[in-house]
Amino acid sequence: MTTTQMLFWFLTALSILSALMMVTSRNPVHSVLWLVLVFFSISGHYILMNAQFLAIVNMIVYAGAIMVLFLFVIMLMNTKSDAEPRHGNRMRLAGTLAGGSLLLVLVAGLRESELRSATLSGPEGDIGLVARLGSILFTDYVVPFELSSVLFLSAMVGAVMIGKRN
Amino acid sequence: MPVNHYLFLSLALFSIGVAGVLARRNAIIVFMCIELMLNAVNLLLVAFSRMHNAAAAALDPGTSAGAEAQILVFFIMVVAAAEVTVGLAIIVMLYRNIHSVDINFLNRLKH
Repeated sequence: MTTTQMLFWFLTALSILSALMMVTSRNPVHSVLWLVLVFFSISGHYILMNAQFLAIVNMIVYAGAIMVLFLFVIMLMNTKSDAEPRHGNRMRLAGTLAGGSLLLVLVAGLRESELRSATLSGPEGDIGLVARLGSILFTDYVVPFELSSVLFLSAMVGAVMIGKRN
Repeated sequence: MPVNHYLFLSLALFSIGVAGVLARRNAIIVFMCIELMLNAVNLLLVAFSRMHNAAAAALDPGTSAGAEAQILVFFIMVVAAAEVTVGLAIIVMLYRNIHSVDINFLNRLKH
């Protein structure tokens, strides 16, 4: 077993375990911290696939900015850890069954796909590096890039308008 | 690594997200599960981009095939960041109005 394989299985186990803990833990703050761990392991997967730019952006934007925003909102609300009412286990069972059935159907449908022979063990390639993606982003995709600033502006205005106490 | 493994990892993460959205009642945790689903799809897109690039680089070394998928993932992250700000503002407003983030109180879309 090579180092890449060991890292892959470690990161896979880490991401699935922390995702499960995120869904099942009762305290929302613990959920946020487990989700940060999921994002870090997904960043590790990106690094394994030589997508360095996305790994860094994932860490900064998701694990850094977005999860801190979630933490702020949770602390602002001052909810008790078990504020969630103890409804019957029926809804929980139904949700788990539905998610498991979805996983079963998707895996059964895609198990025999022709991806089975494809591997990621070719030449490394440089498409994930900052220089390559930056030059593509600022030549071919410069209009969507600029439009995303308009999107951010409208999101900012919308958040202020919604959050304003009237 | 086979692409298959990444496919199944993404499916597992996505299904965990779906199960969380259906089973939990806390609006913030439902929102976090949606973020988890977005990240599962991002991971699969990056794996496919890498596969596409490996296939194209066998014919033409130094090709930029597959870079568009990573640009797409970048834009998904941009849109997700904007979406999170508006969604969290909605949740804060909700908490201010009904003093709870339980989505059972919202099933009629009025107070």
